This record gives sequence, C-alpha cells and structure tokens, in this order.
Amino acid sequence: MTQDGNQPGAIKEFWRWKEYNWHDENLSWKNGAAITAGVDVGSVSSQAVILVDGQLFAFSSTRTGSDSPQSAKKAMDWALEGTGMTQQDVKFVVGTGYGRVNVPFANKAITEIACHARGGNFMYGPTVRTILDMGGQDCKAIHCDEKGKVTNFLMNDKCAAGTGRGMEVFADLLAVPIEEIGDLSYQVEEEPPPVSSTCVVFAKSEASGLLRKGWPKNKVIAAYCNAMAHRVVTLLERIGVEKDFAITGGIAKNSGVVGRIEKELGISSLKAKYDPQIAGALGGALFAKALLEKGGK
Amino acid sequence: MKANYGYLDGSGQFFITIDTDKCTTCSHRACVNACPKGMFEIIMDDYDDSVAQIREAFRKKVKYECGPCKPVSDRPPLPCVVACTPGAIEHSW
Repeated sequence: MTQDGNQPGAIKEFWRWKEYNWHDENLSWKNGAAITAGVDVGSVSSQAVILVDGQLFAFSSTRTGSDSPQSAKKAMDWALEGTGMTQQDVKFVVGTGYGRVNVPFANKAITEIACHARGGNFMYGPTVRTILDMGGQDCKAIHCDEKGKVTNFLMNDKCAAGTGRGMEVFADLLAVPIEEIGDLSYQVEEEPPPVSSTCVVFAKSEASGLLRKGWPKNKVIAAYCNAMAHRVVTLLERIGVEKDFAITGGIAKNSGVVGRIEKELGISSLKAKYDPQIAGALGGALFAKALLEKGGK
Repeated sequence: MKANYGYLDGSGQFFITIDTDKCTTCSHRACVNACPKGMFEIIMDDYDDSVAQIREAFRKKVKYECGPCKPVSDRPPLPCVVACTPGAIEHSW
C-alpha cells in the first residue's frame, strides 16, 4: 500500500480496477419480446449483461465481494441502473461463473466454459475457433465451432500464475495503476527475460529482488508480462490454437500480455468492439434467450 | 467435445481428457465403478448430453488421486481407460 501525496493518510489501491456500467440509450427495450440476462459471478469480478431480442442493451462489471448472491444482485442492479427496466422485466436469467449456483434470481446455471464460447462467438464472429479466457483466478482455453458450441476445453484454476489476480499483486507491488501496466511494459529498451512463472508468490519475490538490484519498474513489469504470456501459451498449446483466435477476460485489456501472447504464438488475436470481460455473461444471456424461446427449460 | 479435467502447475501438466462425442455412445458407464477413488460421475452437460466428467472435488488433485493406479514401474493399464469401451478416456501423464 502507498500513501497518496495529495491526501495524507489516504491509501491508494493500485490493483483496484474501475467498476462501471453501460447501456444503449438508442435501443428501446419496451417493445422487446425477449428480454434476457446473463450474470457471471467470477472469483474476482462479476458481470451482468442484458439483451433485448438478442441485441446488447446493457452491462455492468463489478468486483465480486465475499457474498456471491449479493455480488450477483449488485451486478444486475448496476446493469439495470438508468435504463428504466426492472428485474421483473427480464424474462429469463442464466447464472454462470464460479458462483453460478449462487445467483438467486437465475432460472438456470450454465458452466462458464459454454457461456464463454457462446459469448465469444457473438463478440468476435463465427470465424473464431480458439478463445483464451484469462480470468481473475483461472485461465481457460476453449475451441468452438461456428455456432459457438464448445468442441474442446481446458481450464486451469489451481494456480494464480497467468491470471488477473497475479497481475493485481504486481500492480500493488510496483505501485502502478493496473490500467497502466500494459503500456508501461513496452517502455523498455529491450525485452527482459521473464520472471519465474511458476508461482505468483515466487514471481513477486523475484520481482522485489530485481527492484533492489536497480531494475526500473517498467523492466520488471515487462518481465512479468512476459512470464504471464509464456505461462498461458503453455496451456494453450495443450489443445492447440486454431484460427481465428480471440482473448476474453480482464487481462484481454492488458496490451502488455496480449501483445506478448500474440508474438509467442505468431498469431494475432481478433479485437472486439465490446468489453472482453463481459463474454461469459453475454454468453449466458444468449443461452437465456434460446431457452426462453424453447419454452423456458 | 473434448473435456480436459485437471491442472497445470509448477510440477507439470496433469489432465484427464474425456471425449464426450464417444462417451455419449456408451450405455455401460463402467468408468464410474472402475475408478477405485470414485472420481467419475455422470451428468447432463450444457448441451443436454449425458456424459461422464471428473467430480469437482478431484479436479485439482488428479496427480495425487490417480497415483495408486500409476506405480513408478510395471504400470498396469489404467482401470478407467480399460473400462471405457468407446475409448473416450485419456490421461496426459
């Protein structure tokens, strides 16, 4: 933790990313026949996405607290905020993510693997075949077909190396706002060797040693981004990478890791016009629409 | 679909892969009883297929739970792999 020089005694949390919501003011939901939602309660963040007849209408992204049902409600309330819509207007809700069984207002729970594939298909188009989701505390490698159905998947949730939580630890260690990490990682004269990628605790310890040796912050950041990218590529190579390739999750917004993954794979990733962090909730909302149309089962 | 259950950590990669396209053709579900640890269960997946999966409680411990079936030397065929008549189960280590 560091002191904010402008406010004596105030604590600045560099790992804390901005929570936000958005809705499409040009989309009139009141005439919508199918209003559905997906709520993704992850271990670190929770998202809610609302669709009106399959079109993206609103979403929110918040930090998951210690109470999963409360986190789900908070995400949903935030997505609804300012829209004029209420929970009662939403006809079918799918819960997904780590806390999917703890979404009290969900009609059904669906795994995050299936939801990410479906959401990724919507966000990146039917040509996407490999989706890498770098979540808060896990990493998923998913193959899907042109309809967003999963054909192969692999998830690693045993180790924080290669996850958002690892990046939060480093942001705090280096006293760098997490949103700035990606760009700063490229402000180096040459790419440094990666720090240890086998454990966030060991990587942090190694980074502390490098700082004491006189390494500038940007170089340490670059070394960690490099390690994270390598870690994730090792996982991806287990199931192979088929084009087109896309990245979802919070780390997708970190150019330092994304660029290094692309370089190591020799493949560029597709870029979405939507926030990549909502892919799971978006997939859930799409499943909700399909289930609603099938009679709600 | 190929479902990979397990993990990657500093000691290596440990995954049990179940090919659900093959799994759905099986009516015996012999894997459930073949595993001495009871690691397999039958579920209805997100695509409404009845398939086997590794129980949640075992997924981060497969290296250790599968240990008794994988002695260092003279390793016999794995009981789950032998029991799976469609050939849907594979181990990565």
